[in-house]
Parts: sequence; C-alpha cells; structure tokens
Amino acid sequence: MITTAARLDRFPFPFRDDTYRYSTNVEPARGAQETAAGLWGDRILEIDDGYARELELRARILSSDPTRAATAPHMRAAEWDALVYCLSELAASYPETMSFTREGTRLRWVNALQGLELEAAYGDDASLPGGPLAFLATQIQEDIALLDQRENALWLDAGVVTFAADWSMGFDTGMRFLEIHGPVPRIHEERIIARAHQFLLRMQPHDAFRRTNWTMSVDGRLDTSTESYPEWGPDRVEVVDDPALPDRLHLRVEVQHLIRLPHSGAIMFLIRSYLEPLRALAEVPGWAERIGNVLRELPEDMADYKGITRYRHRAADWLLSRANPSRR
Amino acid sequence: MTAATLPALRDGLDLVVADVIERPGGIRSIALAAPGGEELPGFTAGSHLVVGCGERANAYSLTGEGIFPESYTLSVLRRDEGRGGSAFMHTLAVGDAVRASRPRSAFAPVADARLHLLIAGGIGVTPILSHARAAAAWGRRAAILYVHAPGSDAHLDDLEDVARVAGFELVACEGRAALPQALAGFLVDRPLGSHLYTCGPEGFMERVLGEARAAGWPEDRLHSEAFGSAQLDPGAPFTATLARSGERVNVPAGVSLLEALEGAGRAIPNMCRQGVCGECVLAVRGGRPLHRDSYLSDDERESAIMPCVSRCVDTELELDL
Repeated sequence: MITTAARLDRFPFPFRDDTYRYSTNVEPARGAQETAAGLWGDRILEIDDGYARELELRARILSSDPTRAATAPHMRAAEWDALVYCLSELAASYPETMSFTREGTRLRWVNALQGLELEAAYGDDASLPGGPLAFLATQIQEDIALLDQRENALWLDAGVVTFAADWSMGFDTGMRFLEIHGPVPRIHEERIIARAHQFLLRMQPHDAFRRTNWTMSVDGRLDTSTESYPEWGPDRVEVVDDPALPDRLHLRVEVQHLIRLPHSGAIMFLIRSYLEPLRALAEVPGWAERIGNVLRELPEDMADYKGITRYRHRAADWLLSRANPSRR
Repeated sequence: MTAATLPALRDGLDLVVADVIERPGGIRSIALAAPGGEELPGFTAGSHLVVGCGERANAYSLTGEGIFPESYTLSVLRRDEGRGGSAFMHTLAVGDAVRASRPRSAFAPVADARLHLLIAGGIGVTPILSHARAAAAWGRRAAILYVHAPGSDAHLDDLEDVARVAGFELVACEGRAALPQALAGFLVDRPLGSHLYTCGPEGFMERVLGEARAAGWPEDRLHSEAFGSAQLDPGAPFTATLARSGERVNVPAGVSLLEALEGAGRAIPNMCRQGVCGECVLAVRGGRPLHRDSYLSDDERESAIMPCVSRCVDTELELDL
C-alpha cells in the first residue's frame, strides 16, 4: 500500500468534473496541480520508480519493431534542440543524480541513475549512441514527437513513440497535425482541433504548455500501439466478466507537453503515460465516484473512440459501488 | 505609455551593451549580453528582439544563427526621419542597460528546403546573415544576393566568411540600379523545392517578390520580412466605429489605428506594434481592412485586423469593440 500511495501522490488525475468532453485544455507547463492524493505538474520531465523498467521495455520494443522511431534528414536541428532542452530540464529537476554542462559546443551529460557519463559534440550525430533523438529516448520515460512547421502547418517528421495509446508512429510519420487527428470524434465540428492548431502555430520559442488526455487499458500495459493490437485487443473483451476487473483495468492518463524548441522552431510533443488500477485509485477519497460518474455519462462515440465501450459500465458500477457502499 | 509597460518587455530580459561597432553608411552593430554573463535563450534564424528605446519599443533582427548565443547582435541604420528608435540605439554605449523582449521568431527558415535563396537589400542584411549562418551550421544549401548602397556594405565581410566556409554562392552588388540584372540571373534555374527569403526596404521586397512570381515561384516558397526597412506609408485617413458603444474614432494619416484607439482611451493588448506578433488583433464587423501585417492568415483576414499597422480601404471601419 505504501508504494501505491507514493505513486498516487504524483498521479495526474484528469477529471475536474463528473462529465468529460474534449476541449482545448492547454495550460502553462510547470504549474503545480493539487489533487486529493498529492500534487503533480511542477516539472516537465518526471522520473518515477518505473524509470529502469519502462526504459528497458522501450529498448525491447524498438529492437523488435524499429518503425516506432522515425526521423527525416531535415529534422537534425530539431533533434539536437530536443536533446539540449530535455537534458537541461532533467539536470534542473534532478540535480542530485543528473548534470548537464556545456563548454562551447562540447556537451557533458551525467546520469547517475544509469551510471552514465558521456560527452558529445553538438551537431555531430555520430558523437551520441544512435544520434541525439534515439539517445534522448534512452534517458526519459516520455515518448517524443517532433513537428516541423512549414506551409502554415505542422508535420510529424520525427519521433520515438513506443507507448502509443491506440495509434501508430510509423503510420503517422510525415502526416500533418490535422490529418493525424482526423479520426477523433467531435473535435472537428467543435473546432477544437483547429483552435489547437492555430495555438501551436503561434507558440514562440521556449513557450511550454501542457494538457492531459486519458483512456483505459487492461493489465497496465504501456504499449497499446496499433502494431501490437493482436496482443492487447482481446483483453478488452476478456476483462469484462473477470472478477479481477478492478485490479486489471487501469486508468491511463497522458500528460502531454507542447514545447516550441528555440533554435529549430520545431514543436516538441512529450507524451508521458501514467497507469493505475481502479482498485488503487478508489483508495483516494472522491476518485471512485468521480471516475465512475465520468465513465457512466461519457457519450457513446467518445467511448467507442477510446476503445472502452465493452467494459466501461462494468467499471463504473464497481467504482460507484465503492463510492456509495449503502446503495449496493 | 512608456516602453517598459509593453507586455513583450515586461516578460523580457535585462541586458547590457557588451560591444558597439560603427560601420560605414550610418550603421551601428550592437552586442547585448546578460549582465552577469549568464546564458541567453537560443533562437531561430531570422528572429528579432523588441528593444525598449526610451518611450518606444522597436524590433531589430538578430544576426547570429541562434545556437548557444553569448550575446544578441543586431545592426541599426540611423534614420533621423524615423520614430526615434534608431537615434536612441545610436546613443547607447558599452555598459548601458537595455530592456528587451525574448527573441521572437517570425521569419524562420523552412527546414526541408532543397535550397535557401537569401536576398538582402541594405540593412535588411541582418536576418539574411542569420539565415546564412544557420544554413551553414546545419549543412543546408544556400545562395545569397546582397544589394547595398555604394560604400554601405555592412556585414558583407561576414557573408563572405560564411559563404567561403560553407561553399555558398554569394553575389553582392552596389546600388538599386544593379538589382534587375542581378535578380534575373539569381531567380531562375533553381531546384524544385527551393525557398526564397528576402528582407529590405518595402519597394525592394516588392520588386524581388514580383520578379520571383513572374519567374514562376509559387507563393508558399516566398518569405519576406519587413523589419529593418522603410516605415510604412502614412495611409489615408478613415473613421473607426466601435460597434458596441457607437463611439467614432478618427484615424488621421500617419497615425495607426492602434494609436488612435489608445488616444480614445481604449487599452488594446499589444506587443511588437509592427504587425508581427498578433497580440493586438481585433474583430472587424464592417468595412474592408487594408491589411499590412505579416501575421493573419488569409482566412482570418476576412474578419480581423491588426490595428498596429493595418488601415481601411473604405472611409469607415466597424470594429467589434
């Protein structure tokens, strides 16, 4: 229980209301957000007790499926920009274990969590294992997507995404931001995505914002990409009648940071996924009722898109029974 | 209102003048650094700083490539007929304190261009030099054309250094009369996927862009930056009607719509006051705006205006204010 409580105190609980709809829910990065269990959001990059495990998982996924990482030749400047931004950010957030220093264009990175000390020459791809973007993906738990801005649009031209929630980095590479969001229901009629697009286009260098998104997944699985669907798709049916549903079903919250990289002008998306089982979340006062109400009320098209239609009412029943034991 | 209250400067940087170089033709280069030598934010090629110049704030292009800058370098042409910003910049001495915005990007290179064609007129060389340096740093291909007044070739030596090291084509010529012939050879036979960037006086850029269109360049491959160039023409007078109150505000020639609204007691959020940042955008209900900004998209131009630079085609403009 102690470890659950320690993890939950940094959990980015996404629901501010008993109903959920899409909105252009961006806010400035680094603002601390209090929850019933603790506080999150005071830093951009978060290292937690899953650090070693999640990075090992990412390495395994990349070696069996290299299409989860992609880059285009014109994204070199953006890759180095992303590396310098994130390593500086890590060193500032975790000074006891990490340091990032620079002399001219000579970079020096120390990560005591990995027993790692290395030097690199800014702009020289060969000076870092795998190049700047691939190396960065071995240092942070966040998935990384880099969008190039041209022709008044944003293009997904580089990234390392191993923990996608029902999408495919390989498929989306080279697509425009508006095309990538084509399948999402409601956001087009409500002009949410058009507004978000305008907002992104106008972000100035060093601007950093964040938003949350959420879905659910079975057994705390991080890799629910399109590519691995045959492995996780059937679980969504099977869990419905499993008495262990409250332990197997996880709320999956993504904290997405949107950062205008200063030199390349690219937009960096950092996507961090947090997974907690319903049973653990229900320990926090008020959360069982809040999540239960959201799941029960969510319109059908949104539930379908999130892929939670089969089990969401069963999950809501359990959560609301925990919230109001007298009603059982 | 003093410059210090402008939002861009409020969220900006305290800098000191670290170096001053006088150049021929009334051009002065100034290096601004952090007072304690702290690291400065990096920037995108073609970026500018908004600098507090006494009562005003002016935008100046940065000449560096933007990677780990130790100082921000800009070059200012003294213009006695201007709004006074350039005169202020020419009085600064090493050690003077300056308030400036963070670098702002509005003239960025297109990363996947096959070739970057960089065309500078006069003091418009400043963002072009930044582009050339960034292209060299990332191994991008570039070709540079620099048209300057006789005896006023600021930064030609810097362009020559970059071009030599990176292997860029560089054409420099004196006097506006040389432009047509220089352009004729420069704009044609470029690879598909080339992008053109130009900065200079308004007439110069119009000429460059006009010739490029005539040579078959598509619109989305053409990029221009009005900073460091001539003032906008004063424009014809018109009247702004504020739809919610019915109030009428006269906008004389030579006074911007933004200035006129401020004079009438309206506080309009604003930043660059040069049609770039988008901060002062207003909704239009009637009358045809005469757009002179580089911010609004074509869609937005139907129903919005940047009052800092834009005016009205008609004699009356109705605003949603």
